[in-house]
Amino acid sequence: MNAVSAPEKLHDCRDAFVAVLERLGAENTKVVAVCNDSVGSSKLGGFKSKWPERLVNVGIAEQNMVGVGAGLANGGLLPFVCGASCFLTGRSLEQIKADIAYSNANVKLVGISSGMAYGELGPTHHSIEDFAWMRVLPNLPVIAPCDSIETAAAVEWAAGYEGPVFLRLSRVGVPDLLQPGHAFEPGKANRLRDGDAVTLIANGTLTHRAMKAAGLLAARGIEARVLNMATVRPIDAESIVAAARETGAILTAEEHSVYGGLGSAVAEVVVAEAPVPMKILGVPGIFAPTGSAEFLLDEFGMSPEAMAKAAEDLLARKGSRA
Amino acid sequence: MQPNDLDRIARQIRLRDLQAVYEAGAGHIGGEMSAIDILTALYFQVLRIWPDQPKHPERDRFVLSKGHVALAFYVTLAKRGFFPEEEISTFLKPHSRLNGHPNCNKVPGVETNTGPLGHGLPVAVGMAKAAKLTGAGYHTYVLTGDGEMQEGSNWEAIASAAQFGLDNLTLIIDHNRFQQGAALSDTNNLAPFASKLAAFGWDVTEIDGNAMAEIVPALQHRAARPHCIVAHTNKGQGISFMQDRVEWHHKVPNAEQYKIAVSELSEVL
Repeated sequence: MNAVSAPEKLHDCRDAFVAVLERLGAENTKVVAVCNDSVGSSKLGGFKSKWPERLVNVGIAEQNMVGVGAGLANGGLLPFVCGASCFLTGRSLEQIKADIAYSNANVKLVGISSGMAYGELGPTHHSIEDFAWMRVLPNLPVIAPCDSIETAAAVEWAAGYEGPVFLRLSRVGVPDLLQPGHAFEPGKANRLRDGDAVTLIANGTLTHRAMKAAGLLAARGIEARVLNMATVRPIDAESIVAAARETGAILTAEEHSVYGGLGSAVAEVVVAEAPVPMKILGVPGIFAPTGSAEFLLDEFGMSPEAMAKAAEDLLARKGSRA
Repeated sequence: MQPNDLDRIARQIRLRDLQAVYEAGAGHIGGEMSAIDILTALYFQVLRIWPDQPKHPERDRFVLSKGHVALAFYVTLAKRGFFPEEEISTFLKPHSRLNGHPNCNKVPGVETNTGPLGHGLPVAVGMAKAAKLTGAGYHTYVLTGDGEMQEGSNWEAIASAAQFGLDNLTLIIDHNRFQQGAALSDTNNLAPFASKLAAFGWDVTEIDGNAMAEIVPALQHRAARPHCIVAHTNKGQGISFMQDRVEWHHKVPNAEQYKIAVSELSEVL
């Protein structure tokens, strides 16, 4: 490792999303974007300038936005319904349940600025409940890509998949972790790092932090496995069980409440199939104090150093069971 | 088809609906009776549909937003040939596809799943907007209850339909003046509806929603704007002791009441 490394190049995954959306839009006139006055925050300006008639802006009305999305799909179009994840999922939860998931409408829901991306705007604008709200709904794959490469691949996959999808995107910059040309496979975790001492499972903005934590652990002689688990539903039970059996301890991390999200989904599998010591990192069931997303992740014990420490604590628990 | 023929079909649908409510021991009979004339006019005169091809891209769309009157919808669809009429006897039975609220993935002719109120109109706006974008010639109809208009999502959709210039959309408000617990006027009185819809930029027609001669032309009416039909109806229409009685929102007739209701509906067949 270099003593002085170059500054990490960070990507706003919204750019990858709209790049694919605009390419799909050029190939297929049925692709439409639906938004709630969020042309700027969803980065739909390019799409709008190319195909103004195919940008359906319903105004600040999320319930109508999701219902309109279902109706557009019924009329044979391929709608990408985009809005800040907090409003898209929270304000129109019942529309997502009845009009999209239960009706099995071919609508792609794109939650922008998820997690605590809105930082200082506070808990009204944080979307740290969306995994829980979305993953309980049948028929609805829930996906949080970890970088711009996975975002592009997931959008591409979602467009070709016949049925509803929830894509959870951030606006917080992340480094690219996956290889260019990566093909997204729903419900399959990517093993980004091998190891047998402990497994770190993360997605979205936390995957690169998990990789950094694993680097810190390696420097201390602890080889951690890192799984990027973009799909929260359907969860990759096979990879989780293998991780439990082969590494004996699992640490999860997510930009979401510790209740009902990725960690809960992993724990449901671990408890039923292969019980091992686990720790779930996330927002600890409180409304966050003022701060940026990066500050709050550190505050809630998800800096790479704190994650490495949490992994070491798990190792101690694992040892005490032996 | 003449209004008399449609009236006869509506009576048959009422009778089958009543029988199914009685046999299942559940249903929303009051709102079913108020809406059946509108459903009959749609499915036996107005809608461009192919029952053997329920997903035909050019079919007119109908959304039953007041999904709790699913039974009346099922009886109408079955009578029109979307599925066998004998299947009505399975209504609410374990594993029947005829649930208390319609399911588009199970029942041919159902476009979207409804039940929670205030959902159908936004979806219908999307359907009509899709036709505008693709150049499809179908027309979209949506039927809501009057109490249902208390849901704010409807007013989001009403505003957007006007903004999008959806002249291929017709909203029918089944204005039977009663909701589940009380009269609309004693709850959250949105009446009169016509002036409110007009203020949002809609073309509005008021009709007797239980009179075929008024229903059919209103459904066929086209304007340069989205069209709202305020259909003045009677809850429990056609059965004397149910009419305009709030308790018949979802009450089930006893044996004696059933006999009287059957006889009243049979008289005019």
